[in-house]
Formats: sequence, structure tokens, C-alpha cells
Amino acid sequence: MARRDVMALGSYAYFVVTSYALVGAVVLILSGWIALDYRSQKARLRELEASGIARRSGRRAAEF
Amino acid sequence: MTLVDLANPTRFLTLADRVLPWLMASAAILLTAGLYLSASAPDDYQQGATVKIMFVHVPNAWLSMSVWGVMSIAALGTLVWRHPLADVAAKAAAPIGAAFTFLALVTGSLWGRPMWGTYWEWDARLTSVLVLFLMYLGLIALWRAVEDPSRAARAAAILTLVGAINLPIIKFSVDWWNTLHQSASVLRTGGPSMDRSFLIPLLIMAAAFSLLFVTLHLAAMRNEILRRRVRSLQMMQASRITLSNDMDAGSRGQGAHKNGAA
Repeated sequence: MARRDVMALGSYAYFVVTSYALVGAVVLILSGWIALDYRSQKARLRELEASGIARRSGRRAAEF
Repeated sequence: MTLVDLANPTRFLTLADRVLPWLMASAAILLTAGLYLSASAPDDYQQGATVKIMFVHVPNAWLSMSVWGVMSIAALGTLVWRHPLADVAAKAAAPIGAAFTFLALVTGSLWGRPMWGTYWEWDARLTSVLVLFLMYLGLIALWRAVEDPSRAARAAAILTLVGAINLPIIKFSVDWWNTLHQSASVLRTGGPSMDRSFLIPLLIMAAAFSLLFVTLHLAAMRNEILRRRVRSLQMMQASRITLSNDMDAGSRGQGAHKNGAA
């Protein structure tokens, strides 16, 4: 299919492009937030373990 | 590995760590294929190019309800079986479900403006989905308001099960009431009424978004387990500090008592 056909959204371009851009933005924000939260929790666990606090099982909480 | 094995959070974390890269790659590939097919799909003879909004609107709308369904099963796990990961699963799913519901509402609104002449109409389908979105926000607020996760779990599970009553209302709202929203054209008795040129991209996008949900949910569950470990270690640290302060105060008190006696 020609590129011209794919992109021919006509007068509806604003509605279609905004929908896809919004979905992309929300999915990226959600993925980024989850990834940052993971790094933050791991860092806090490492800090706590470095200060000598250990789980009752004796396992390191930041590792699995 | 059985379901019982996964009740152990450490085993769950090990599994999530192994599976997540594969899930991420699969979701990315499927999403790329879905986006290409969506862009290549022909215009609808009535709706023109706006039909392309369907390929993101419908998967998000399906997932907005499916995620609440997953949370309802997890709520049963919390209340009936007291599964250690049930509350973790429900809590991790709520923000993702809220995001999908938000996207379903906004993309639906953007599709509605050129087709219906309005961004919003207080009809049964739109209003019941808005109620679902508000319920997601309410649940997230409840989990954030109660500091102890085990205390929040029971209240959240009951609220989730009560909220599940909204799911059949959303699904059948287009049949029970006279609404602007079209009736079901894929999940209906007698099979899909949609042409294959729209149905195939739609199903691939639905599969891609479902896989995206599984990926994000597993990652968010992993974060929640780590957050609870941080909390328990912080409580241990706080109790150690309190204990050592008490011991210091006790030894100073004994010293003062001896000095006084001398």
C-alpha cells in the first residue's frame, strides 16, 4: 500500500492522530513509572541492607 | 512450577524476572504489527478515516473491564483463599486498569465528536464506563490512605467485588437502554459482524494490548512485593532504634540511681 494512502486521514486527521498520540503517551508514562518505581524500590532495599537490616529468612531482599 | 509454588513471593519474583524480557519483546512485536495493520486498514464507507480510532479504542475498552475482572478474581483470592499474592495482584492492576479506562473514555470521545457531533453524552455506556474509571480512582485512593497493606486488602477486596456489578451493566448497556453507542459487533451471538479488513487489525491490537497488560501487571506486582519488603525492613529498623534507645535510657537510669545511693 502506498504511503500516501496510509497517511490519507483527510479532515479527520486531528481526531485520529490525537487518539494514537495520547495512547502512546499514556503507555510510555505508565511503563516509565513502573520502571522507575522498580529502580527506586531496589535502591531502598540495598540501602536498608547496607545499614545491617536483614530479613528474618536471612536472604537478601534486593536479590531473588 | 505450580500455582501453589507461586504463592511464595520469592519464587514469583524469580519467575517474573525470567519471563518479563520475553513478554516485553512479544508485546512490542505484536504492537508494531498491529499498528502497521491499523494504518493499512481501509477507510470505512460511512465513518471514513475515523474508523482507525477503533483499533486503539476497542482494546482499551475491553481491557478496562477485563482488568476489573482480574482484580475481582484477586479479591476472591484475598477474601476466600487468603493467597499471599492476591492483594498484590489487585493493587498492582488498579493503576493500569485506570489508565486503560481513561484511554477508552478519551479515544471514544475523540471518535464521538466527528461521528455523533459531540465529545460527550450522558448515555448508559459512556456513563457506566465513567463510573468504572471513578471506581478505579477510589480503589487507588483507598490503598494509599491505609498504611498497613493487610488492613487495606480486605476493604479493597470487598469494594472490588461490589464494583464488579458494573461490568455486566457496561457490557449490556447498549442492549438494555437506547444509547448513541453502537451495539456489540465482535463479541456477539452469531459471530462478528465486522469485515475481515477491520477485524484482523482489531484482534491483533487487542492481543497486543492484552500482552502489554500482562507485562505491565507482572512488573507492577514485582514492584509491590519489593515495596512491602522495604516496609517490613523499615519497621524492623525502627523497632531496633526504639529498643536501643530504651536500653540506653535504662542504663542511664540505673547509673543515676547508683550515684544517688552513693
